[in-house]
Amino acid sequence: MWTYLRSAFVLVVVMTAFTGLAYPLAVTGLANLAFPWQASGSLIVKDGQVVGSALIGQKFNHPAYFHGRPSAAGEGYDAANSAGSNLAPSSRKLIDDVAARVAAERQANPDEKRPVPADLVTASASGLDPHVMPASAAYQLKRVAAHRQVPVEDVGKLVVENTEGRDFGLLGEPRINVLKLNMALDERWPLR
Amino acid sequence: MDATGILQILLYIAIIVALTPLAGGYMARLFEGKLTFLAWIERPIYRLCGTSADREQHWTGYALSLLVFNMVGALALYGLQRLQVWLPLNPGGMAAVPADLSFNTAVSFVTNTNWQAYGGETTMSYLTQMAGLSVQNFVSAATGIVVAVVLIRGFARHSARTVGNFTVDLTRTVLYLLLPVCIVGALVLVWLGVPQNLSSYVEATTLEGGKQIIAQGPVASQMMIKHLGTNGGGFFNVNAAHPYENPSAVVNLIHMVAIFVLGAGLTNTFGRMIGDTRQGWAILAAMGLLFVAGVGVTTWADAAGNPALTAIGVDQTLSPWQAGGNMEGKEVRFGTALSALFATITTAASCGAVIAMHDSLMPLAGLVPMVNMMLGEVVVGGVGAGLYGMLVFVILTVFIAGLMVGRTPEYVGKKIEAKEIKLAVIVILVFPVGILGLGAVALLAGPSAIAGSGPHGLSQLLYAYTSATANNGSAFASFGANTVLHNTLLGLAMLLGRFVVIVPTLAIAGAVAAKKTVPPSSGTFPTHGWLFVGLLVAVVLVVGGLTFFPVLALGPVVEHLSLASGTLF
Repeated sequence: MWTYLRSAFVLVVVMTAFTGLAYPLAVTGLANLAFPWQASGSLIVKDGQVVGSALIGQKFNHPAYFHGRPSAAGEGYDAANSAGSNLAPSSRKLIDDVAARVAAERQANPDEKRPVPADLVTASASGLDPHVMPASAAYQLKRVAAHRQVPVEDVGKLVVENTEGRDFGLLGEPRINVLKLNMALDERWPLR
Repeated sequence: MDATGILQILLYIAIIVALTPLAGGYMARLFEGKLTFLAWIERPIYRLCGTSADREQHWTGYALSLLVFNMVGALALYGLQRLQVWLPLNPGGMAAVPADLSFNTAVSFVTNTNWQAYGGETTMSYLTQMAGLSVQNFVSAATGIVVAVVLIRGFARHSARTVGNFTVDLTRTVLYLLLPVCIVGALVLVWLGVPQNLSSYVEATTLEGGKQIIAQGPVASQMMIKHLGTNGGGFFNVNAAHPYENPSAVVNLIHMVAIFVLGAGLTNTFGRMIGDTRQGWAILAAMGLLFVAGVGVTTWADAAGNPALTAIGVDQTLSPWQAGGNMEGKEVRFGTALSALFATITTAASCGAVIAMHDSLMPLAGLVPMVNMMLGEVVVGGVGAGLYGMLVFVILTVFIAGLMVGRTPEYVGKKIEAKEIKLAVIVILVFPVGILGLGAVALLAGPSAIAGSGPHGLSQLLYAYTSATANNGSAFASFGANTVLHNTLLGLAMLLGRFVVIVPTLAIAGAVAAKKTVPPSSGTFPTHGWLFVGLLVAVVLVVGGLTFFPVLALGPVVEHLSLASGTLF
């Protein structure tokens, strides 16, 4: 029995050294040399201040910004506490929540008569989804244009410029990064 | 489902089939001892362990080595969690993990389950994630692989007393296979956007002037092994749905390929080592049929969308401007098609990583992951575990075929006799005991953990005990599993599903290794043709179906029917 224990103990120590320390530390070192921006979280810095991450969604309430998806992470888009709603499709709470969001979207976008796109009123898996689908951006177009007092067509062009297609034309879904789009909006037509 | 959805699924299957002979060939050379370029690292390790590369063990010695190694590993991981508050690399200031949660997590990672009753970014220090969880990601995967290799050797050898050396097999699996792939893979992941740092959490000032704390960490290194080793334990609470773990569909493809590549490759390793690759392809074909059926049902059910949402003015239709379908608990970059594909892959293998919240899947889309796990995760399966699980079903299949024609069953030249059948039946019985037995105890003792109401509530508990017994680790996540009762019971289910399967499997390996090889005769049932593949699929489905259909009918099936008639809970 002693030989088995000794062998197991040594093996755990060796494996911890190799896979638990050497491996992650080596990858950290190499990654920070080769891809420092990605390795440190794809942070967007403006005027010396971190405004967010290119990969992580953030909360937008102002009518002159495009809004992202509902978030169940903490108080909404809490990037230190990711979470989905985990509500079942047959849950009355889910249907009530979505109905309230549909009503809010209708009120915020009175010029839109179409049904509300699904991704705009359903909570994302991570609560940090940085994207919306093109249909959801289109749904908010008139509101954003009105609040920035610019023509709808110009804002529409900006949305199209910021639309990312499927990777390699095949993988995933077409999408718009809401933070990047809103930063582009601010660049073109600053608020105030 | 649209054409691009189908194309993505076909592309994925093509990649796996193409990689199978490559991975299989490499592993065959590795476990036949032909790869020696790292011998200079191996030798001192074996000397410290008091063994050497050419000293082989009887299956009982092998099993004892494996069990003791896993026990020591579990104790180390338990200790690390309890002490993390006093140890370095804890910039987030995480407190010591409570005893019951530490037990559950230690068992969970040692058994390759990676059930997570905690949120990673709010519970675990960087040191625990790296030197604790990451280590078990490697060695629990290696443990699964070496058990499969021992069973392969059992069929490949004849009149043999020994089956290999545990220390040597495990070390070689980590050094030659898992580590090199992970180092390269993790760097590619960083290049594609996955973070890898030891910084403290970043505070950002949002465009609207709010504060956002963004969790950081050595994510990429853990991502690569968690998928390659079919572990599935997320760095963050929402696992691979988190944009840092899985920032794009390209990264997602790498994750998906990593989950299946070794499990599929082992079927080919099996074929090569017994000297007949057709046997390996036949097993992969049976797995493939079950997989395609699963993907089909999940995708169809979820792409249809939620009728209760359409009724209140939500647009779930497929168009060039949106993906359509049930988007609750999904990410835009993946949509419903990729999410359904991933949900099937992660439960076909014993991975348990998720890119969509399974709790919010449509009832029949949530049924498929459960069925995948209940069948014993033999559709490619966890690394190693999938192959040895499927070989147990193969033994059962040739036994049933033998009964039909009244001949002693044989498989790849080995007669299958009473001893092997008894051991196989023990393995098969683990699933009903863990899922239905422990699940029933949990339902009586701790129903308050159930967050959903109506039939979905039963599904949540059923999913938890299925996931634990099958060593998967995914969850219907609103199930409140982090209680002393469920941490303990689920811990037991995981131990049962892992070691009460592994020990009989090693015993089967020892038994068949000792047998003589008989040459095929005119009465031998060929096990490489479509007739055998069909029979194998039927046995898997009948055993699983008869056992679990009643409880599934009470959960997801009732939920589906009532939702279709407009009933909410």
